[in-house]
Amino acid sequence: MTPDIRVQHEAFDPGVECARLEIDNVGAVASFTGLVRGEGGLAALTLEHYPAMTEDALRRIAEDAAGRWSLAGLTVIHRVGRMTPGDRIVFVGAASRHRGDAIDAMHFVIDWLKTDAPFWKREEFADGRSSWVEAREGDITQKKRWA
Amino acid sequence: MAIDLLYFAWIREAIGRDGETVDLPDGVKTVAMLIDWLAERGGGYTEAFVDRSRLRVAVDQEFAGLDASLAGVREIALFPPVTGG
Repeated sequence: MTPDIRVQHEAFDPGVECARLEIDNVGAVASFTGLVRGEGGLAALTLEHYPAMTEDALRRIAEDAAGRWSLAGLTVIHRVGRMTPGDRIVFVGAASRHRGDAIDAMHFVIDWLKTDAPFWKREEFADGRSSWVEAREGDITQKKRWA
Repeated sequence: MAIDLLYFAWIREAIGRDGETVDLPDGVKTVAMLIDWLAERGGGYTEAFVDRSRLRVAVDQEFAGLDASLAGVREIALFPPVTGG
């Protein structure tokens, strides 16, 4: 199983991505879709990344997941560039024979992606303010439970 | 020794450029020493590196610590903690 890793400006369709994971002998597909939250007067979110490193970092996380759980397919899509509330930012989909592997692998990948992939978010607000999102301590705690 | 530096997010904004190639002075042997050397330039450099606890590093495209050696290294990226997902 080779994970399907994509870093792109373009939007993606979670339905299409989930259906693509319904391959032979798969009994379960688990997916996560992250969206731009429009709270606090947020007008736009810009995702910056480290192009030479991003795909490798995502691949490493995906391969780590593939080594821990029995997976038939794993898709990780992360968008970069400017997005507005309601837009989809990130997708993780995992396929396996039984549900446990797909659910745990999907959860693991999104937790690790938060702390181990070189992306940075900048928020723009309707009133003209703009600021970089601060990393959350909770994301580190969340990741550590997979140790 | 010439080395490529890359800056991301507010580090890039403080410095005012997304990267540069520098010739390392002889005594600069670790990432921490490189940061000390850059911070001495003043202005945006000093501002960018004032709080080391908010600084993260990749050495040749691998996450690394501030104590990482610069021996044989071609590319150093300096950035804040990541916030993707």
